Amino acid sequence: MSTTWESRLVVPVAEARDHIQGSANAPVTLVEYGDFQCPYCGRAYPIVKEVQARMGDRVRFVFRHFPISTSHPYAEQAAEAAEAGAAQGRFWEMHDHLFENQKRLRNEDLHRYAEELGLDTERFDQELAGHIYADRIHEDFLGGVRSGVNGTPTFYIDGTRYDGSYEADDLVVALEQAAQEGG
Amino acid sequence: MTSRSAAPTGPIEPGTEAPDFALRSTPDQLLSLSECRGRPVILAFYPEDWSPVCSDQLGLYQAVLPEFERFGAQLIGISVDGIWCHLAFARERNLHFPLLADFEPKGDVSRAYRAYRAQDGTSERALFVIDADGIVRWSYVSPVAVNPGADGILNALQNLGTGGAG
Repeated sequence: MSTTWESRLVVPVAEARDHIQGSANAPVTLVEYGDFQCPYCGRAYPIVKEVQARMGDRVRFVFRHFPISTSHPYAEQAAEAAEAGAAQGRFWEMHDHLFENQKRLRNEDLHRYAEELGLDTERFDQELAGHIYADRIHEDFLGGVRSGVNGTPTFYIDGTRYDGSYEADDLVVALEQAAQEGG
Repeated sequence: MTSRSAAPTGPIEPGTEAPDFALRSTPDQLLSLSECRGRPVILAFYPEDWSPVCSDQLGLYQAVLPEFERFGAQLIGISVDGIWCHLAFARERNLHFPLLADFEPKGDVSRAYRAYRAQDGTSERALFVIDADGIVRWSYVSPVAVNPGADGILNALQNLGTGGAG
């Protein structure tokens, strides 16, 4: 028999480690595995924002890294820039900046974004040059692979891979349904 | 409504000896399954070089290659495209594992694994994990438009280590 399986998130959301918007008490959690250079993730970015605006505190959103460096040569350093932003308490601002400028992810661009966000750029540059967040990003990547991420973006709703359309209306319907079932 | 003994459908099953083959991996080199004995082999049949889903799938596998290698496994891609097409595709997409040309007679190896789409003239999007002794341990055919990811392969490789029965 060939095997079929349902892909589930094998690394549970952890408040202490993950990058999270929204409350742990939200009735539903949306996890995205994304790549800052991936055009589909760029297209999903404002859609997720719209979903968050429409659902408010009824949804918790988690972003994890899944840079596919063979296709996207700047994805890894962009992910490292987001982590360097996180180290200075500014993950989400950097995340937004990267998606809003995803065609400009060279080192000098990343440095400029750090400046624009008012980060300690000396520390930021050092951390990028030393690739000190590479291991953490690779952990995200491997967790994603084991969870059945098959491209980016891949979404999980309450831990189950969501293979439907990620237009805002469809996502909201799927999230609300999961919220009802979970609640 | 008639009942007749149907030809087997779906990919060849776990427990089956993997059909051997020798296909071109470069214009002047053949790669055979039997020369991979002693280590697990992942066969990834896919429909066509350059198609969007195939590009994403194989790009993902390239990114996951170090994990496959941790199990000592050899990844091999197979489609009916010719060898020069494979070379251009691999170069463009930075793929550093063999892509074999199931080109002449067209689709013969794909058929042997029951992973051929006669209606399209291409291979299925089919995965096989073969153990070090050449026995199929896991097989899966994905809907042709769906990238199956790598979790099934990794689970199968992990199970080789713990599977017990030889």
